[in-house]
Amino acid sequence: MFADYSSSELVAIFAMQGFAGLSLFSIFVLMALGLAIIFGQMGVINMAHGEFMILGAYMTYLTSHVFESLMPGLYGAYFIVAMMVAFLAAGALGAFVEWALIRRLYHRPLDTLLATWGLSLILQQCYRSIFGAREVGVSLPDWLMGSVAITDMIEVPINGLFVMILTLLIAAGVYYLMYRSNWGGQVRAVVQNRPMAGAVGINTERVDRATFALGCGIAGVAGSAFTMIGSTGPTSGQLYIVDTFLVVVFGGAASLLGTIASAFTISQAQSTMEFFLSGSMAKVLTLLVVVGILMLRPQGLFSLKIRR
Amino acid sequence: MNVMKSNLFKRQDLINYGLLALLLLVVLPLTLDIFRLNLVGKYLSYAFAAIGLVLCWGYGGILSLGQGIFFGIGGYAMAMFLKLEASSPEATAIQSTPGIPDFMDWNQLTALPWFWEPFNSLGFTVLAILFVAPLFAFVVATAMFKRRVGGVYFAIITQAIAAILTILIIGQQGYTGGVNGITDLRTLMGWDIRSDSAKYVLYFFGVAMLFLCLLMAHLVLKSKLGRLLVAIRDREDRVRFSGYDVSNFKIFVFCFAAMLSAIGGAMFTLQVGFMSPTLVGIVPSIEMVIFCALGGRLSIIGAVYGALLVNAAKTTMSEAFPELWLFAMGALFIGVVLAFPNGLAGLYTLLVDKFKQRRAHSSAPANRTSAPAAEKEQVDSSSGVTAPSQS
Amino acid sequence: MSLSHNNPQDFVLAVEGLTVSFDGFKAVNDLSFYVDEGEIRVIIGPNGAGKTTVLDLICGRTKATEGSIKFRNQELTKMKEHQIVHAGVGRKFQNPSIYEDLTVFENLELSFPRGHSVFGALTFRRNAEVIDKVTEIAEMIFLSDLLHQRADLLSHGQKQWLEIGMLLIQDPALLMLDEPVAGMSVAERKKTAELLNRITQDRSVLVIEHDMQFVEDIAHRVTVLHQGQLLSEGSLERVKSDPKVVEVYLGH
Repeated sequence: MFADYSSSELVAIFAMQGFAGLSLFSIFVLMALGLAIIFGQMGVINMAHGEFMILGAYMTYLTSHVFESLMPGLYGAYFIVAMMVAFLAAGALGAFVEWALIRRLYHRPLDTLLATWGLSLILQQCYRSIFGAREVGVSLPDWLMGSVAITDMIEVPINGLFVMILTLLIAAGVYYLMYRSNWGGQVRAVVQNRPMAGAVGINTERVDRATFALGCGIAGVAGSAFTMIGSTGPTSGQLYIVDTFLVVVFGGAASLLGTIASAFTISQAQSTMEFFLSGSMAKVLTLLVVVGILMLRPQGLFSLKIRR
Repeated sequence: MNVMKSNLFKRQDLINYGLLALLLLVVLPLTLDIFRLNLVGKYLSYAFAAIGLVLCWGYGGILSLGQGIFFGIGGYAMAMFLKLEASSPEATAIQSTPGIPDFMDWNQLTALPWFWEPFNSLGFTVLAILFVAPLFAFVVATAMFKRRVGGVYFAIITQAIAAILTILIIGQQGYTGGVNGITDLRTLMGWDIRSDSAKYVLYFFGVAMLFLCLLMAHLVLKSKLGRLLVAIRDREDRVRFSGYDVSNFKIFVFCFAAMLSAIGGAMFTLQVGFMSPTLVGIVPSIEMVIFCALGGRLSIIGAVYGALLVNAAKTTMSEAFPELWLFAMGALFIGVVLAFPNGLAGLYTLLVDKFKQRRAHSSAPANRTSAPAAEKEQVDSSSGVTAPSQS
Repeated sequence: MSLSHNNPQDFVLAVEGLTVSFDGFKAVNDLSFYVDEGEIRVIIGPNGAGKTTVLDLICGRTKATEGSIKFRNQELTKMKEHQIVHAGVGRKFQNPSIYEDLTVFENLELSFPRGHSVFGALTFRRNAEVIDKVTEIAEMIFLSDLLHQRADLLSHGQKQWLEIGMLLIQDPALLMLDEPVAGMSVAERKKTAELLNRITQDRSVLVIEHDMQFVEDIAHRVTVLHQGQLLSEGSLERVKSDPKVVEVYLGH
């Protein structure tokens, strides 16, 4: 499949597809960070994670409309505000779901999976009832449009660059929060020994709720980023859930760096292959390789050792 | 001493199977027209998969979110045979390449792909329905269970495989019929399967197959292997240190469930007349889990009722209030998990036990010989196996 | 009491140079000890000394990093858990590990040494031999009247007995018990000591126990572990007067 192209063309193709894959990479990372926190730290499988992302996307859509009609002069700034709104909305819904549903199921991980699937169906129908079945899109503010030309053949879209920088900042923030802050220590204490953590004065319920809400909030931010590469519909989130789970598992569930590395590998592989194969075959091949590797190396590619 | 013998069918079992047979073989055929009866037949084809999930998930604790894969393998195998029969050179004379299925012709294929060739033979097709799915399940399960991967990981991997298979089928239109699937299936060995009489025959054949599968599942559960599955679900380590190679039992039950699912898929194709990727992917696979959960994850008969009820509700509701259906389905998932982990079968067992207790109290003491008492105890011990989740 | 005069073949269990490390932490470090046929050996040591890990290593639950474990001259470190069981090693866990959802009878039946393959389990028949054996064991472990009781309704002590019963029905040549009397009442403790004395007559036993009175009642010899290493070994009197042991137990 490479034979038709000259070597300089190939370099350009790989670079272009690589940068085009950056947006996908950012969404994977943000989605997977949220899942990795919830799954890796709490052992809970959230099948409605994609719907939390879509909530963020709809919030971005709403914010852009509010800015457009009420303060068009400030339209350039809407995206920043939208991300905060998305984070807060998805986080608040997450906290509510944890209170109403998840906390009753901590000792039944497989049942959580089913219950959150039910939640995802309900959310999808809510979106359909509120926003309609048609997909909606947002227009980007001017400063995010356009691209930077690196060579005359390679151009990098600004929005992709922006989202990626943002993603890395959030990832760094999460890393700090989970591994360097006092709060992260509490989360890990609760995970390792719930009764003992409770006994030494950690409010385990509050830690659980905040962790779950944080994971969902990050998914909301992923939704904001999502509006840059695609239009938003009620079921758009479902398409991402399998990929994201694979990213998390592939990266080794408990390691944040692993998650980022695996998101990078999978998104780049998919994006690059898409140029040479049809989109569906690129996806099939990527997922097949990932599943194949996971069957041979269930602990994930990037984690060294698991103790069970 | 009566209690020591593990007799295969207790009286309560026989009553339950009898009631199901009465419903499926007498009540429904007499009260429904052939269109509705055919729908019931379609619902029942999902029940095969749900029965498999009872064994695999309810008893073995292995949640598979990929039963649609095996349903699809069985369904597509059947559909490929029927499609080839419908694509004789005479019937497809107007195509640019006569003698190959119409969708291949539309996609500029000029010859039948090699993997379609064997499906000219009914014998091969039946073997494929019965054994390809378990074989595939064997490969997946061996890779996972021999490495001691289970639980949530297994669920995610099976789901991913279901997703991959759907994308693959949709992407490879020329070989698979793409998103429309394999349609326009007419005859089986020259017999028109779309006629009303054929639909009656296929319905009763489907019910017979269902009872055959129920019987097999029943025998597996009543053997020591059934009790081992419960033991593995609750205390995998203890089973290992009682000298069992745990992974072999998990592999067996997963393959068995795959076979049941594939038979269901074949029955679906026969009765509905097409097979498509929408029956293979993530959504149908997880819906099969809810059929099983609603019926009661520990009851193979419950799984049949679960499949019937959820699908009947789906048809009724999506005709009348399409926008409410997803809410209802979502609520069902959450409600069953939170409130009734043992599903309808759990409620039924409770009712039966209550009824028996009341009868035991009201009947004269002279009637209370030791035999019914012993039987009561047996029923308790078999129905008392609770889901792992209840603690 | 030198042990080196024996050939490895004479021991039921010969552990040599056993080491296991978890992420660099050596839970068991270059440990060697030998158990004679018919001996009751008790392993004692402070918390975190690696006692349970040693049992885990012998029964295959944890894989050794280095060293060898020979059971009647068969190397166990290369074998899988179920193969080790079939070789004749039985293991009781610290917390009673039984099948709560099954009856006492079914618990014992599953441990009966027949029908351990998939096909064997499908075709297993509950014949007179099985029933007799289960009944006999149930009597031994004081649970005759509760055969058809679901196991989760048993008391803590009864659960411990049931697990011991599940091991007995396997008839292992080496029985390993992890704190068999922990959490038992005084009466249950006495009954358990009786039970152990009866069942240990024709097999070797490796016991982890904290209760010194109980150790005195049953032990032939005692092995003291400290920080994954062998600290002292011999009769209980000898070990008790070993200054190293005194220091570990009293010195902090």
